[in-house]
Amino acid sequence: MIPTHYFLILSAVLFSIGVCGVLTRKNGITIFMSIELMVNAVNLTFLAYARQFHQLHGLIFVFFVMAIAAAEAAVGLAIFISLFHHKETIDVDEANLMHW
Amino acid sequence: MLTKLWLIPLLPFIGFVLNGLFGKRLGKAFVTGVALVSTFGAAVVGTMAAFQYHAQYPEGERYVQTVFNWFTSGSIHADVAFQLDPLSIVMLMVVTWIGALIHLYSVGYMAHEDGYWRYFAYLNLFLSEMLVLILGANYLVMFVGWEGVGLCSYLLIGFYYKTDYAPAAGKKAFVVNRIGDFGFLIAVFLMFAYLGTADFGLVSHRAAAGVDAWLLTAICLLLFLGACGKSAQIPLYVWLPDAMAGPTPVSALIHAATMVTAGVYMIARSNALYRLAPDAMMVVAIVGSVTALFAATIGIRQWDIKKVLAYSTVSQLGFMFIGVGVGAFTAGVFHLVTHAFFKACLFLGSGSVIHAMSGEQDIRKMGGLRSKIPITYWTFLIATIAIAGFPPFAGFFSKDEILGSALSSPYLPAGVRYLVWGLGSVAALCTAYYMFRLVFLTFFGDFRGTHEQEHHLHESPATMTIPLIVLATLSTIGGFALAWHHTLAKWLEPIYPKIEGRESEFAIANEVPLMIVATIIAAIGTWLAYVRFYKRGLAADESFAQSSPAIARGMENKWYVDELYEAIIVRPLEKISLFFWKFIDAIIDGLAAMLGYIVQGFGDLMRFFQTGNVRNYALMLFLGVIVFMWVIS
Repeated sequence: MIPTHYFLILSAVLFSIGVCGVLTRKNGITIFMSIELMVNAVNLTFLAYARQFHQLHGLIFVFFVMAIAAAEAAVGLAIFISLFHHKETIDVDEANLMHW
Repeated sequence: MLTKLWLIPLLPFIGFVLNGLFGKRLGKAFVTGVALVSTFGAAVVGTMAAFQYHAQYPEGERYVQTVFNWFTSGSIHADVAFQLDPLSIVMLMVVTWIGALIHLYSVGYMAHEDGYWRYFAYLNLFLSEMLVLILGANYLVMFVGWEGVGLCSYLLIGFYYKTDYAPAAGKKAFVVNRIGDFGFLIAVFLMFAYLGTADFGLVSHRAAAGVDAWLLTAICLLLFLGACGKSAQIPLYVWLPDAMAGPTPVSALIHAATMVTAGVYMIARSNALYRLAPDAMMVVAIVGSVTALFAATIGIRQWDIKKVLAYSTVSQLGFMFIGVGVGAFTAGVFHLVTHAFFKACLFLGSGSVIHAMSGEQDIRKMGGLRSKIPITYWTFLIATIAIAGFPPFAGFFSKDEILGSALSSPYLPAGVRYLVWGLGSVAALCTAYYMFRLVFLTFFGDFRGTHEQEHHLHESPATMTIPLIVLATLSTIGGFALAWHHTLAKWLEPIYPKIEGRESEFAIANEVPLMIVATIIAAIGTWLAYVRFYKRGLAADESFAQSSPAIARGMENKWYVDELYEAIIVRPLEKISLFFWKFIDAIIDGLAAMLGYIVQGFGDLMRFFQTGNVRNYALMLFLGVIVFMWVIS
């Protein structure tokens, strides 16, 4: 059986990639995908522990996270469409109306 | 009517509201009707109340009617209450009837003026406030009226608001009166603090029961400060001559007959306090006598017909204060009444002259008006004889009683008695002199005005001459009638509470010789005026200016008192105000502003974080999470 810490390391690596993506990319969709990556890294952690301890809590949590991620995707994509209507771009650096 | 005492001030007040709100729209006939009905109504109601009072209280007890409780705070209690007693009734008769006559006169005098409705609204309000002043049953209600008449005085002095001088004169009157009102208020506070009440009866009663002498002296002096402001005594007399900027009937009603006598009334009302504080009485008597002479000397060399009368008023008010100051309260009130008759007559007469002269007030441009406006001339002459003090005209009896009482007063040391009498007698001499100078220059000699003015000369309409005739009649017989068998003295006796050793009445020694002396003094003054002005006219004034230029210039320029006040009070005050404004205020403002700058600077610092860049926010979030994790681990 694959040891749990393998999963955890993979999860940490995925999460870090996601963070880097969020902090460095300008394209809204890419940032969005990076967030998905972070969410799924967390999901992987949940599943790894659920498997190790033979418990259902982790599995159920993953369903919730996926549902929320889907909702977030719906809202987020709507925002990007709206942004594109206004600015002809989805570069988040262009959306800086609230700056001082 | 006695039970509806509040109706007396309310009637003119309704007149004020109607004229003030609707007068402009509804026209002159409406304004005239409302003004006359409300004032004559008040006079009739007041007279009926007086008769009923006399029938119900033949002994002259105080009748008090509480309208409602004004406020109660702890042990301090004040009612809105009106009262009738012999003194109130004397004032009530003078104020309502002379007020009504002057309203009638104003109908003719103001007929061609703009703001006819405004004038009558103010005049009605004045009458209402004056009635509150004299009918109030405690010092607080009196103070309401006191301030009310001050306000109306201000409004009416500044009636010709388009000119430069009238609003300035109104302001001056208002500011100078504030100084006096300050004294009045402090006196009322002292009464509340130490006597626990401001009710006239209770204050007299508790004061007589025994209080510290210093307290009574302080209250009396502070009240006198109030009286100085309202009744134009040294050092606060300066506003009254300037107040002549108002319409002439206003000068007659407010600045001669009624409002300016409020101080005399107030002191007579507080007679119990004053009799217990002889030091304060001495101050009153000395200030009164000095004012009487001082103002009379200025009156000698004025050329504005109203200014002469204004200084005459200040001087005569000084006589009244001599009266109340030496303890002859009845004599003071007596002079108040006779003065109201002849001075109202003189002012209305001067108004008639000004009316005839198409607005000219300078007596150097008059002369020879005797045959042109005979009714005005005769009434003016009668009032002049009355003020000069010839028997049997009104002024003789009251002035003689005041000067006689000054010599016999038990309240003052001998030296002060002679000083007061001496100053008063010289002032009486000056009075006869300047009044006859005025008559000779105005009504005798040749006409000195323009041809156009001469062409327009005309006697005034009946609404103006009727009040003149009534007042001239009163000036003739009023004094004799009130002095006959001591009518007024007996009538006023109940208002003096009995205080052991402090009698309100004292016999006047050598009364007949003093009467003869007073008549001789008046005759000398008249003779001097006759020799100088009847025969030589204006040339007499010029020769005086040449023979003693310093005195002439001093009199002409009112002894430079206005300039003196300007230099020692107004200018320094302006400097201090400027200092506070430019420096102290700037420092305080700076401190307040600094708080704002601190907040602003902090905000400037913080807004660098608000980049509007989403990724920066994400980075902050990320760093925050790391710090958070680090802290909790």
